[in-house]
Amino acid sequence: MSTATVDHHALEPAETPLTPESWGKLGMWNFLAADAMTFGGLLAGYGALRYGDPHWPVPSTILGIPLTAFMTFLLICSSVTMVESLAGMRQGNRSKCVRFLALTVLGGLCFLLLQAYEWTHLIEHGQSIKKNNFGATFFMLTGFHGMHVFSGVVYLSIILTRAALGKYDAHKTWEIEIAGLYWHFVDLIWILVFTFIYLI
Amino acid sequence: MTAPNPEEIVREERRYLQVFFWLFVLTALEIAVTYLPLPKVATGGMLVLLAGTKAAMVGLYYMHLVHEKKMLTYIAVTPAVLCVFLILMLLPDLGAITRLFEAAVEGAPAAH
Repeated sequence: MSTATVDHHALEPAETPLTPESWGKLGMWNFLAADAMTFGGLLAGYGALRYGDPHWPVPSTILGIPLTAFMTFLLICSSVTMVESLAGMRQGNRSKCVRFLALTVLGGLCFLLLQAYEWTHLIEHGQSIKKNNFGATFFMLTGFHGMHVFSGVVYLSIILTRAALGKYDAHKTWEIEIAGLYWHFVDLIWILVFTFIYLI
Repeated sequence: MTAPNPEEIVREERRYLQVFFWLFVLTALEIAVTYLPLPKVATGGMLVLLAGTKAAMVGLYYMHLVHEKKMLTYIAVTPAVLCVFLILMLLPDLGAITRLFEAAVEGAPAAH
């Protein structure tokens, strides 16, 4: 290796090798990438059916925008409590971490309750998964996302229990960070679902 | 893993709140846009832009992509690129679906 190459590497250090925590992150990112493609496929299918149907209903006349806007706000708030929880543990403040994690789980539960209310309301007013393409794509997409929220609530509840039991400290926060990645992804997907299904 | 210094964490927390503020503002803007008397294409374009900005903010700041190794960014960006390809690949079918619906509405037999 020439001196020039060595100097070049000294100026631009290589990225640090993967550590156990970054292996975990890599695994979660791979899972999220696959999941993003599933959501992408569902959204593309929704777009194709909607674009091709000149009689597609105007979503805002069927769906309650204020309620879903509040649900969006709730998920954004739960993303903030999630990062605050991680920041708490990184500061070595376990009670702050547990408090904010509990708030995140509560935000997820409220979201699920509101979604259940919305679905009940829509079904009572004649919408169903088999009625038409609108119903099929709407219930499929929001249901798939709702399952992710439910999984997130279970996942975060486990992390919350472990945090409360003192399994983490300021030097060992990567499990919380990885759980956070999943939760923020769920929030990110809802941002897109809200726009494409409810607003456009 | 070394714990980050307290000042850095405080700075990060401030940034989290700034991002939250902008996410809230952009969501309010999205809802406001739907009430504006604009052509459908303009409304759709603005909504997609706003949603993309919000999604990017969550990815960059809450999912820490802005600080992460490049490899994770590539993994995160790959599905987005593939989804755009998927939509582009569906475009020829969209025309066919539209023609089928129009034929069905007019009562004419759909061509295969």
